[in-house]
Amino acid sequence: MNHVLRYLFFVFVVYPMTLILIGLNVRRRELLPQAGPALIVANHNSHLDALTLISLFGLKRLRYVRPVAAADFFLRNRLLGWFSTRVIGIIPLDRAPKGTRSDPLAGIVAALERSEILILFPEGTRGEPEQLAEFKTGVAHVAKRSPETSVTPIYMHGLGKSLPRGEALFVPFFCDIFVGEALHWTGNRGEFMDLLNQRMESLAAEGTFPDWN
Amino acid sequence: MIRQLPTEVNWTLAGIFAVLVLSSVLLYCWRRLKPQADLAEMTARLRTWWVIAVLFSLAVAGSQAFAVAFFAFVSFLAFKEYLSLIPTRRADRRVLFWAYLAIPIQYYWIYSQWYGMFIIFIPVYMFLLLPTRAVLIGNTDGYIRAMGTVHWGLMTAVFSLSHAAYLLNLQPVESGRISPSWPSEHAIEEPGPGLLIMLVLLTQLNDVAQFAWGKSFGRTRVAPDVSPGKTVAGLVGGVATTVVLAMLIGPALTLMDWQRSLFAGLIIGLGGFAGDLSISALKRDLGVKDSGSILPGHGGILDRVDSLTYTAPMFFHFVHYFYF
Repeated sequence: MNHVLRYLFFVFVVYPMTLILIGLNVRRRELLPQAGPALIVANHNSHLDALTLISLFGLKRLRYVRPVAAADFFLRNRLLGWFSTRVIGIIPLDRAPKGTRSDPLAGIVAALERSEILILFPEGTRGEPEQLAEFKTGVAHVAKRSPETSVTPIYMHGLGKSLPRGEALFVPFFCDIFVGEALHWTGNRGEFMDLLNQRMESLAAEGTFPDWN
Repeated sequence: MIRQLPTEVNWTLAGIFAVLVLSSVLLYCWRRLKPQADLAEMTARLRTWWVIAVLFSLAVAGSQAFAVAFFAFVSFLAFKEYLSLIPTRRADRRVLFWAYLAIPIQYYWIYSQWYGMFIIFIPVYMFLLLPTRAVLIGNTDGYIRAMGTVHWGLMTAVFSLSHAAYLLNLQPVESGRISPSWPSEHAIEEPGPGLLIMLVLLTQLNDVAQFAWGKSFGRTRVAPDVSPGKTVAGLVGGVATTVVLAMLIGPALTLMDWQRSLFAGLIIGLGGFAGDLSISALKRDLGVKDSGSILPGHGGILDRVDSLTYTAPMFFHFVHYFYF
C-alpha cells in the first residue's frame, strides 16, 4: 500500500463524502474492534460499503483496516488494480479458485497474522440493493483458521439507495449503521454460521426503513 | 469580509451566550449536588445548543457567502433527512438528484440578491421540472405520491428555510410602506442581522413558552391525534408570551416599531405552532419518534427547524411588505 496516497485519498475524498455528503448514523460505535486481528462482517449493497466501513475507524487505525474484495472485479485492468491494492488497500480474493494447489484464503490469514482489521462481505456480491442475501461460508473457514480473531457483524442501510449496483450517479441519503457484539470461532461451521446469520438478522430488524422499490 | 454588527445585535448575541453559560454552570452544580441523577440527555442537549449558537453567531457575524453556505447546508441536511425518512421510488433517483441541485441554485439567488428568482425558482420552475424528469423515466406507479412528497420536501426544507438567509441580506427601499424606526445609526447599513436574530430567537422562545404553558395549565388538547402534548392553554399562553417578547425585542433590535413587532410576534407564535404540528404529523405518519439523530439531545435537523419552516417565510413576507 502507498500509505501517503491512502491517507490523502481518505482525508480529502472519502471522509468528506461519507461524513458530509452521506452522513453516518452509527449505533454502538464502541463495539468496533480497537485492534486486530479482527474481522468486520457486513451486508453488501454498494461500492461505497467498504469505504464507509473503513472511515468508521478514523485516521489512527486507518493503516490497519483493509477490505477483502473480488480479484476478478477489482484487478480486471491495471489502473483499477493499482488503485484498489495501493490506495484503497484491498486484499484480493479469488472467488472461483481453480485447482487445489493455491490457498485462496492465504492473503486473508496472513493479514490477520499481522494483526490487521479486515472487512468481509460474505454475501459475495452487492446483489439486489438493500436486500440481505444468505452468507457464504468462507467467513467460517477464516474464523476456523484464525480462532483468536474477533468477528464483528455490522448491518448497513442506505448506501444501496445512494449508489446501487449498475448506477454511476450518486444521490445522498443518510446511512444507518448497526454494530453488533463480536463473536469467535465456535468449533463448528454450521453453528458458527447460524450464530452469525442470527446476529445479522437481529441487527437488520433494529431499524425501520421506508419502502424503496 | 466580516460584518460590522450594530451594537444592539452584539448585545443580543452576548445575552444568548450568557444564558448558555448560566445553563452550563447550573447543570454543573446540579451534577455535583446530585451525582446519581441521570443528566446525560440534558447535557447532550445543552452541548448541541452550544454548537448551534456558535455556528449561528458565526453565520450572522461572518461574510455573506459564509452565511448563505451555512443556511444552504442546513437545508441540505434537512432535505436529506426527509428523503431518507419517506418512501421513495427506486426509479426516481435521478429526479431526487435534480431536487438536490435546487439547493445550491436557490441559495445562489440569495447570494446574488435576485429577489424575483429567489421567490419563484422552487414554486414554479422546480415544481414543473421534477415531474418532467420523472415522466421521461416513465414509471407511473405511485407517480402522484412521489411528486407530491418531493415537492413538499423542497418547499419545506429548502424554499421555506432559505427565507431566513435572505432576511440577512435585505436592504430597505426609500419607497417602503412604512418608514423604518432604526434602533441605532449603524442598523441603517445592516438591518438584516437584527431581523434574523429576532426571527430565530422568538421562534425558539415560542417553542419553549408553548411547552411551558402547556405543561403548567390546560387540559383541552388542540390536536390530540397529531401531538397529544399540545393544549389550548399552551397555545394561547405561548402566543401571548411571544407577542409580549416581540414587543420588547422588536423595537430595540430591528427597524420595526412596536405595532409591527406585535404582529410579528403573533405571526411567529401561530406559525411556530403550525410548523411544529406539521412536522409532528409527518413523523407520526412515518411511525418515527425523531426525524434523525444528527443533533444529540434534540433528534434530527427537522426536529429542530420544524417551527422555523413556517415562521421564516411568514415573518419574512410580513417584514418585506412594510419595509422593502
